[in-house]
Amino acid sequence: MHAALAILRKDLDIEWRTREGVSTVFVLAVMLLVVFAVAHDLPPDEAPALAPPVLWATFVLTGLLGVQRGFLLERENDCLAGLLTAPVDPASIYAGKLAANVVVLGAMQAVVVPLVGLFLHVDMVPALPGLVVVLLLGNVGFSALATLFAAVAVRTRAREVMLPLLLLPLVVPLLIGAVVATRTILADGLGAARDGLTVLAAFDVVFVVAGWLLFTYVVRD
Amino acid sequence: MADAAPPIRARGLARTFAGVPVVAGVDLTVAAGEALVLLGPNGAGKTTLLRMLALLVRPTAGELALFGTDGREAPPALRRRLGYVAHESLCYPDLSATENLAFYARLFGVDGAAARVAALLAWAGLEGTGRRPVRTFSRGMAQRLALARALLHEPDLLLLDEPWSALDPAAADALTERLVALRDAGRTIVLTTHDVARAAPLATRAAVLARGRIGWTGDGPIRDVAAVRAAYAAATGARV
Repeated sequence: MHAALAILRKDLDIEWRTREGVSTVFVLAVMLLVVFAVAHDLPPDEAPALAPPVLWATFVLTGLLGVQRGFLLERENDCLAGLLTAPVDPASIYAGKLAANVVVLGAMQAVVVPLVGLFLHVDMVPALPGLVVVLLLGNVGFSALATLFAAVAVRTRAREVMLPLLLLPLVVPLLIGAVVATRTILADGLGAARDGLTVLAAFDVVFVVAGWLLFTYVVRD
Repeated sequence: MADAAPPIRARGLARTFAGVPVVAGVDLTVAAGEALVLLGPNGAGKTTLLRMLALLVRPTAGELALFGTDGREAPPALRRRLGYVAHESLCYPDLSATENLAFYARLFGVDGAAARVAALLAWAGLEGTGRRPVRTFSRGMAQRLALARALLHEPDLLLLDEPWSALDPAAADALTERLVALRDAGRTIVLTTHDVARAAPLATRAAVLARGRIGWTGDGPIRDVAAVRAAYAAATGARV
């Protein structure tokens, strides 16, 4: 656990110092939201229906960038080899990188959600507790898979293409579940979305355990 | 008992990448306190062999025992006995030298980390630059930091991959002095290079790696650089 915490702290220190990941992700998120809002140009009473898919499409597209950036840190100066020479279980490295990705993408969600509300005329405040739950579950599931596949992609020559190719097909069920649960929470509240949230939680457990078990084989040549 | 076993014992160690043999059956034993210099031209398999010894690359065939422990398992306790210096510094460019060493000290569970980091920065001649981001370091400074990083946890076996590459003569001499001091302190060292003259003051034994195999092994320190160069040329077909 101490290794995972050290890696989390190191990643957040670097992110805080450079702000490269957060600023890139933030700019992309705003651009996507503007494009979605302007392209559809729905009247205020119809626009809220668009909020869940826009929210999650923005999250996935910007999240890809954020997670990839997280592993490029380890590529520069061959730092991943430095981690692997340490007397720690590679699963701890996975846990640390996963936690850092969840924090960075969570910060991005904190910016994107109010903007979605603003652009698509949705009052997010009444649904906030439910939204926090679905955003966290979606974030953890996405980050669990993305962290694993980013470790694969970063070692390949076509790494920018490889991560979306590997990740997106597998993340589709999670994405559909998150959109449906978000729509239900916005319309009927947290209680009505219990089934959807249970499915998301199940995805999270499966993806985190898979990443935990497989990471060792992914990072060692 | 594990400690009675040599730091390195490899038999038929091999590694292929995409079907291409890079290391093709290396037999190698390194005793405690030795400073073995592995000579070889580019593409001879030196880096891959060293990364196998550092437990970063899995062998596709053969046996590897480090301190009597099966290297294929790469248990954390075994990794704690190894220090690895690669082509790159393995340090985060956006963190300072102090922050990098403190981070690795946490990973390696070093007791008294702050004092150890300060002592190593002084040893590496980096005490005045400890707060600067590593991105601003010269090649020589980065190499000294890499060596300090590898020594943080006081490893029993130090593995260095072409440590003199891209260093100016003064920085290379300074690095040699530090490595000789480590050898004299009883540390086991395995080092790759293609520079026989540079390796001579350090080596207690030399071997030549050619096309993934040990093509020649000396029986002691490099006393006659010209003779080792001749052996190198004969084993590799290249001049050095």
